[in-house]
Amino acid sequence: MVPIRSVPSTPSSLAANDFPWIIEHREDRCTLCGRCTAVCPVNAIKLSYMRQRMPKLVLNAAERKTSYRTFVGIRQKTDVSKRCVGCGMCAMVCPNQAIKPVPNPTRDRVRFQNTQKGEAWKRGGRRNEPGANLLDKIIFTRISMLTDPALDAGRHEFFMNTLLGRVLSPEEYLKRKINGGWIPPVREIFPFIIGSMSFGALSPNMWLGLLQGVAYLNEVHKIPVVMATGEGGCPPWVLKSKFLKYMILQIASGYFGWDEIIRAIPEMKCDPAAIEIKYGQGAKPGDGGLLMWFKVSKLIARLRGVPEGVDLPSPPVHQTLYSIEESVMKMIQSLSMAWDFRVPVYPKISGSNSAKAVLNNLVRNPYAAGLLIDGVDGGTGAAYNVSMDFMGHPIASNLRECYLDLCAQGKQNEIPLFAAGGVGKNGNVTQNGMALIMLGASGVHLGKYIMQAAAGCLGAEDHNRCNICNIGLCPKGITSQNPKIYRRLDPDKVAERVVDTFLAIRTEMKKIMAPLGRSQSLPIGMSDALGIADKAAAERLQIKYVC
Amino acid sequence: MCRLALKTSNEAFSPYGVFEAMEAMQEGYDGSGLGLIMRGIQFTDYSYNPRDPVLSGIAHTEEALHRLNAFMQDKGFALKYDHEFNVDLTHIEAKDRHKYLLRVYKMPESWNNLSQEEIEERLMLTRLALRKDGEEHGGDLTSFAFWPDVIMIKEVGWPLEVGKALGLDEDRIKARVCMAQGRQNTNWGINLYACHPFFIQGIATMTNGENTAFIPIKDWLTGKGFPGYIGYQSDSEVFTHILHYVLKQLKLPLQAYKHVITPLKTEELAEHPQGDFLLGLRNACRRLIIDGPNAVIGTLPDETCLLVMDAKKLRPATVGGKPGTWAMASEMCGVDAMIPDRDKSKDFQPMRPHTVIVPPDRQEYKIWSQFDQFPLPQAA
Repeated sequence: MVPIRSVPSTPSSLAANDFPWIIEHREDRCTLCGRCTAVCPVNAIKLSYMRQRMPKLVLNAAERKTSYRTFVGIRQKTDVSKRCVGCGMCAMVCPNQAIKPVPNPTRDRVRFQNTQKGEAWKRGGRRNEPGANLLDKIIFTRISMLTDPALDAGRHEFFMNTLLGRVLSPEEYLKRKINGGWIPPVREIFPFIIGSMSFGALSPNMWLGLLQGVAYLNEVHKIPVVMATGEGGCPPWVLKSKFLKYMILQIASGYFGWDEIIRAIPEMKCDPAAIEIKYGQGAKPGDGGLLMWFKVSKLIARLRGVPEGVDLPSPPVHQTLYSIEESVMKMIQSLSMAWDFRVPVYPKISGSNSAKAVLNNLVRNPYAAGLLIDGVDGGTGAAYNVSMDFMGHPIASNLRECYLDLCAQGKQNEIPLFAAGGVGKNGNVTQNGMALIMLGASGVHLGKYIMQAAAGCLGAEDHNRCNICNIGLCPKGITSQNPKIYRRLDPDKVAERVVDTFLAIRTEMKKIMAPLGRSQSLPIGMSDALGIADKAAAERLQIKYVC
Repeated sequence: MCRLALKTSNEAFSPYGVFEAMEAMQEGYDGSGLGLIMRGIQFTDYSYNPRDPVLSGIAHTEEALHRLNAFMQDKGFALKYDHEFNVDLTHIEAKDRHKYLLRVYKMPESWNNLSQEEIEERLMLTRLALRKDGEEHGGDLTSFAFWPDVIMIKEVGWPLEVGKALGLDEDRIKARVCMAQGRQNTNWGINLYACHPFFIQGIATMTNGENTAFIPIKDWLTGKGFPGYIGYQSDSEVFTHILHYVLKQLKLPLQAYKHVITPLKTEELAEHPQGDFLLGLRNACRRLIIDGPNAVIGTLPDETCLLVMDAKKLRPATVGGKPGTWAMASEMCGVDAMIPDRDKSKDFQPMRPHTVIVPPDRQEYKIWSQFDQFPLPQAA
């Protein structure tokens, strides 16, 4: 037994196999090029000299001695702050496939130690619940047969756009049209929307790539895709460009970037697609945005009008908030007024038991242009893990409840509901989105999925892979403000992938709509087409139980 | 897939001829339901005043008939004529047909000072009250229509057999407009209320094909809270209610119907003289966009007849005839059976933007295109 004091153990001491990801390194393949250690975003591995004793079996005591071999190898650091995040960049750059992170098959111990220095665990990503979610389990069961033949997805003409904006009841529309009254602005857009990810959360190259992709989809393919800015403003050149019409500008409780926006209004060549007022988001409901100091670069500081290198936590509520009713009314009205009532203004809230209360408030507000509900599976650049994993409401039943509430009032066409939070979490983006549309959504917002599809984000819910968007070290350059890192990301390539992604979504939408016999309008609320092999969920969502 | 036949003529004719046209199109339905609506009616036994409302329905039991009598008396309706069909039930499957109702009533004295709109509402509510009463008593009373100058018959069986069962081949009833549908039972149960045509406040339509956008349309109409927007035993009932909504609630011209159910594309509206107005209408009525495949044939209180298709036009339908007499049918052989002596080269099969109208004067049919100027100058 060795003496206790010689064991290097502290409460936070961990061995490599206590970590969520364990580096597997094959010395026989390693070329010692050092690329893996150079690329590792969190310095989890080190290239080091190691010594190995080489005992010899010699009978003659005089010749008996120990020899040593030295070699160079890769070792995983066992410091909690240097834990391997499993991003796999080492495997990506290794010329010899000599190294890779492997998920720990047993329960890691980092989860008990990630409170160093009293800091609760913060991370990027979304709720760490791997596996199929409820949306993945919904299937489309009303297949047209015989009496209404299925359509040809390849040759038929499909109308898949949706409306963003307050739509008047037919009676009210006619009345105002005849009397010359105000007709609220309505945008015809593609129902899959790039959700709000801020200029600040995303790197300049990522942002530029998204914008280029969106512009190409609109101007070349005539698919009216729009993207939301998130809280943090918009680069002035975009505000004064004709591309502004593809942007939904978000205002949130920090009002970051709104100085620039308001000042740019007189020089705007066109109106933005819409204004989104963020009251909450699915990843961290009831919590404000959080841009950690790592990412507040000179550019970001200028855009947001703040000093460099400071944490930028937005307050959980808007400062104008005396009551939600007052806040919603004031903000929607003043933002509508800023663009002379030509731009739809809608709130975004976290999925919540109280979503219906907010909705009913909006129904009676003639300026509210819609409601976006962000479910518990929504992603973020930075939040406390406890908020991400345990706060919020799943989107499916929340949306359905709101939609059925609107139906009961006959208002489902007047206030479009948009859904977000986990759409495409497991890659089934079109199926997830169309399921939500048939449950009553007018469209869906995609955030994390777009980062994964268009920029190769490595983040995942299994073993909390990567998910370090918050510290500005995104190995792909998606959420970093460090030019050395974000230069890895080619905006043109991102744009290409954005276009690929939306073209594929469009094709898959046709492949879903055609067998249902639908082509003339987006099947919003076509709940008779949906089935699920889960009785309780079927009953809750008022769709068919199938088995 | 169902079969549709409509005939309209300046001279009243026997509905049996329309049933014969249905027979010509027999491949397309299965005898699971037959509906017939007649307008411009004449009885050989009775001189009918077309302002008096006619109750069409079935009392399945004697008790139901007594309840009906008591109800109508209570509401102040005086029975003016009770048509006794020469019933021969051996031709049909159903056994619980105590009495086919075809009764002409005189409106209550107290209604004399009511506006036309109020009268129309009360007539509808009376029909709905009778329907509800039947439903509350195990379905022993069905009421199809209660409206001036409208007869509506619905029965399960083959057209000619139903015609014989009710003695319609004896020509005791004639009409200037007859519209019939033979039903192919699809995914809905066999139910008398599921038979087309559907009727609400003088407006009737019938449809073939299935309505794939049924649930969102039904949800929207139901949400309007209008008492007549109920039923939906068939997915086609919404076509009637949309037409009613456009004409009676929105008070738009008939041309608007097609703009509501199959609006033009955004780029087409950009070129349209009233594109701005129609785009707004499309947005406001977005939940009423149908997705076919359907042909919709309808009649209005002034004996105007119409035919429209869904935008995909996966169903055929033809209009043909001669001045004074016109026929619309889901199959060309149906038109042939109703008006064999016509110039077939003048037949017309409407396409995506068309609404075919036979106006009350029946001199010629008109084709309205959605690309034409929309007749609503004050709004557009």
